[in-house]
Amino acid sequence: MADDTYIRLDNVGKVYPSKAGPVEACGEVNLAIRRSEFIAIVGPSGCGKTTILKMVAGLQPYTSGTITVDGRRVDGPHTDLGIVFQDAILLDWRNILDNVMLQVDIRGLDRAAYEPVARHLLASTGLAGFEKHRPFELSGGMRQRASICRALVHDPPLLLMDEPFGALDALTREQIAMDIQRVWMEKRKTALFITHSIPEAVLLADRVVVMSPRPGRIVEILDIDLPRPRRLDRVPERFNEYTGRIREIFRATGVLAMD
Amino acid sequence: MIRLAPFFGILVFLAAWEVLVHLFKVPAYLMPPPTKVFGTFVQEFPKLLFHGWITTYEMLLGYLLAVVIAVPLAIGITSSNRFDRFITPQLLFFQVVPKVAIAPLFLVWFGVGTTPKVLVAFLISFFPIVIDAAVGLRSMSSEMNDLARSMGATRWQLFARFRLPTSLPYLFSGLKVAATLAVAGAVVGEFVGADKGLGYLLLVTNSNMETALMFATIVALTIIGLVFFYIVEFLEAFLIPWHVTHRVREGAGTM
Repeated sequence: MADDTYIRLDNVGKVYPSKAGPVEACGEVNLAIRRSEFIAIVGPSGCGKTTILKMVAGLQPYTSGTITVDGRRVDGPHTDLGIVFQDAILLDWRNILDNVMLQVDIRGLDRAAYEPVARHLLASTGLAGFEKHRPFELSGGMRQRASICRALVHDPPLLLMDEPFGALDALTREQIAMDIQRVWMEKRKTALFITHSIPEAVLLADRVVVMSPRPGRIVEILDIDLPRPRRLDRVPERFNEYTGRIREIFRATGVLAMD
Repeated sequence: MIRLAPFFGILVFLAAWEVLVHLFKVPAYLMPPPTKVFGTFVQEFPKLLFHGWITTYEMLLGYLLAVVIAVPLAIGITSSNRFDRFITPQLLFFQVVPKVAIAPLFLVWFGVGTTPKVLVAFLISFFPIVIDAAVGLRSMSSEMNDLARSMGATRWQLFARFRLPTSLPYLFSGLKVAATLAVAGAVVGEFVGADKGLGYLLLVTNSNMETALMFATIVALTIIGLVFFYIVEFLEAFLIPWHVTHRVREGAGTM
């Protein structure tokens, strides 16, 4: 391929059957994600943004169009990636280090080679000293950090995040958002980040994809031209322009009520 | 202090029993005082031990048979919808048939030996294990399934590393219920026709009006049931410590 497109969604749509007839989750999704690009998809609940992530991961089949990742058509789960879900989904029967190492164990990678990586990741997200703790001994934020480490330990080229802050309090969300930015600036992995938070999308992404309510369509794709590292406590004027623009789109599509 | 509270309650109950029996001069063949039951228990201990071992043996065999058959069956039920639709209605049908009513049939088929008792214990403890194991094997979240698939987990890994451990707390609740039922199963089997075992001893003491020994037999059965239950619970705490402590955490309530 001539360009450096890593993920390409070509007129992708998803219709699933229900008792009340077929329901369209999303459609006409066209998106080209470049290598090392950080993309945020923001939209209201039920706009199919999570569906898009799962289709890219090959965890859900799409019903129209084509998705390619690294030039290969997605037609089943592909494993060259790490996923962070809304819940940390740590295994209760493994300690924190072994939960991160689960990724290594399932893939049959060399434990000895990856354990230092896992320990380093845990330390860099503030979890040093918690390696032997059980998941239930940690707070929700710490568990989510551990799940981010698990998504990164095998150094995948693609990081998928499905509303990773959805279950956390505001302060923890902000801290983990900074963690993610730092990790991304270090590793420059292609990242697809699903959220319903406008500021978090603008904070983290190179481009923000704004979706309409169901059936989900891409309404606009915004280039976020802000220097990194970005911070939420000192936002430049343009940051607010971006979030304002996204709010405007949400008002126009009826997601946010007019004042 | 709090740990001793149940024992205190039992002591009060026994004391009241003792006092009332003496107060109203209840004849011993109707209701022996606890002291007499205890005396008989000690005096007849070798006999209780002999019959108790027989019953324990039948119970354990029936229980283990139930575990060995129920767990793979639950795995089958949860792995295949067709198998589920085929087998589950039949399971329910056999569960609804009263085991006590089948017991005499086993006597006809297998004689007075160990087999019919083992089978009744098996039948009685089988159903809760299948049901709870199946619920447990279905309890894994779809997100955990996605996580496993994103790691490229094979079918076997998905089962052994994710689905099976997730199911263990449920399985153990079934195993504990079944543990309390298995003793009853063995005794029912002995009631129908036996020449040894605590169920047999109950019938004999009943017809001889040896009420104190009858009570002692009931005490022996209770002890067997309790010990077995706690062995299973100990196994649970040993195999899935993460879950037991989990419950403690929910009591503490953070976030």
